[in-house]
Amino acid sequence: MAFGPHLLLAVLEGLVTSAVLALTALGLSLVFGVMRVVNVAHGELFMLGAVLAWAIATSIGGSPAVGFMAALVLAPLIVGAVALAAERLVLRKVNYDPEATIVATIGLLYIIQQLALTFYGADARPVPPPFNMRISLPWFGYSGYKLSIIAASALLLVVSWLVMTKTKAGLIMRATQYDRETAQAFGIPVDRVYAGVFALGAMLAAIAAVLIVPISQAHYLMGQDPLLLSFIVVIIGGLGSLRGTVVAAVLIGVSDGVISMFFSPTLAKMIATLLVAMVLVFRPQGLFGRAVR
Amino acid sequence: MTDALTISGLDCFYDEVQVLHGLDLSLRHGEVLCLLGRNGAGKTTTLKAIMGLMPARQGSIKLDGMEMTGLPAHEVPKAGIAYVPQGRRLFAEMTVAENLEIGLNTRHKGRATRETVLEMFPLLRERLKQRSGTLSGGEQQMLAMARALCVEPKVLLLDEPTEGLMPSMIQKIREAISQLRQRGVSTILVEQRVDAVLSVADRVSFIENGRNRETVDIEQLRANPSAVKRYVGVG
Repeated sequence: MAFGPHLLLAVLEGLVTSAVLALTALGLSLVFGVMRVVNVAHGELFMLGAVLAWAIATSIGGSPAVGFMAALVLAPLIVGAVALAAERLVLRKVNYDPEATIVATIGLLYIIQQLALTFYGADARPVPPPFNMRISLPWFGYSGYKLSIIAASALLLVVSWLVMTKTKAGLIMRATQYDRETAQAFGIPVDRVYAGVFALGAMLAAIAAVLIVPISQAHYLMGQDPLLLSFIVVIIGGLGSLRGTVVAAVLIGVSDGVISMFFSPTLAKMIATLLVAMVLVFRPQGLFGRAVR
Repeated sequence: MTDALTISGLDCFYDEVQVLHGLDLSLRHGEVLCLLGRNGAGKTTTLKAIMGLMPARQGSIKLDGMEMTGLPAHEVPKAGIAYVPQGRRLFAEMTVAENLEIGLNTRHKGRATRETVLEMFPLLRERLKQRSGTLSGGEQQMLAMARALCVEPKVLLLDEPTEGLMPSMIQKIREAISQLRQRGVSTILVEQRVDAVLSVADRVSFIENGRNRETVDIEQLRANPSAVKRYVGVG
């Protein structure tokens, strides 16, 4: 294959990574932005979404499309409920103290991971994609499902942006993010906003996981990479900035795809981490973040 | 007749440091009551306690005879108390219109309320789409007041609304307070300087070391300003 098509393939693979990463990182960014909680268990909520997707698709059986669609609806809802319970039972009890929540979510990470190992096992299991269609390009054929991931993610990101900027719920979330005390002085039940945001952040991770699981299989340790990459994206993009999250996800995803294909995946991770270090040194608020007032 | 707001025996703490010591205060219907006192006397803490943002360890706060103590902070504004915090505390990244909308949402008020408020502060109407953090200091103060008025409050709490403003703006803020008084809004106004309140207040309460030392009518104070020297230290 010539260089041009090779590069195109690498970029496409990178965009699929970006699509999933943008959704996962958006969840992490939302939770940190609004609640000031660093959710170390975010990757495990992603993993839980994938494992549940397998469980749902398998138990429903029948056509792969039906199983997948059921998983796409049910898995995020269940993960959201789990996150809601964790928020009420743990984060709220430690009063959202920044240090305590880090320790608490590390605990949550191991609880979810070990429960998945116990009940799901150590195997990697695939979920069949809802459709098998190859798009033939002049140089190579490409999976139609992978392209649909990019489309679905783009759609969800646009919806998220509309919700944040145009709806009452978005206004309430932003008010809570900027000034929790003043938000309360205007009748905003900050406590309930936190619960909703934590569940929403987890659901975004779960949706990303359901989308990726037909390609990469569900495994109880699959949450580690998305967690690290989400942190990288959130730091580069700037906390609480949706635009920054998307730009950074595309940057990291595509460079990961290209560098992995032409050089090595290790080099891609090294460069991404170096980029984080550079951003932290020269622009700590991230590329699109605003400096703390 | 019950007072608009009655505070009795209020104790408040920052961690283990007691800031309010059995504070008593009563706000009559339709009056402007000014809290005067030195830095750290407990004026801002009193307002925060009323808003439920500071827990009261002892004592009670009643709005029209209804007990407010122990209510979650987000329920207090819904009962009809609006707050203009010190330093304005606008949602700086949001537009003027969005800041007003947050005020309107508090008690589900609509277009009519918004129009009334914008008539009071016509300057804001031209700036609706502007990010509120980019307004001038005086405009920000007006927005903070407008946002609070979108609640259609029975009781309005103003924490140093003229702090750091130029004289022409201070005059405008005073006019707004007088206008509200004519409309029957009961107001608690926190200030550090007595000259800032003489023209707008009905009564003055002197706060010292977390206690209300003395409440005097404004005429009395004009005739005999010695209380100001005693509690605030400057004439």
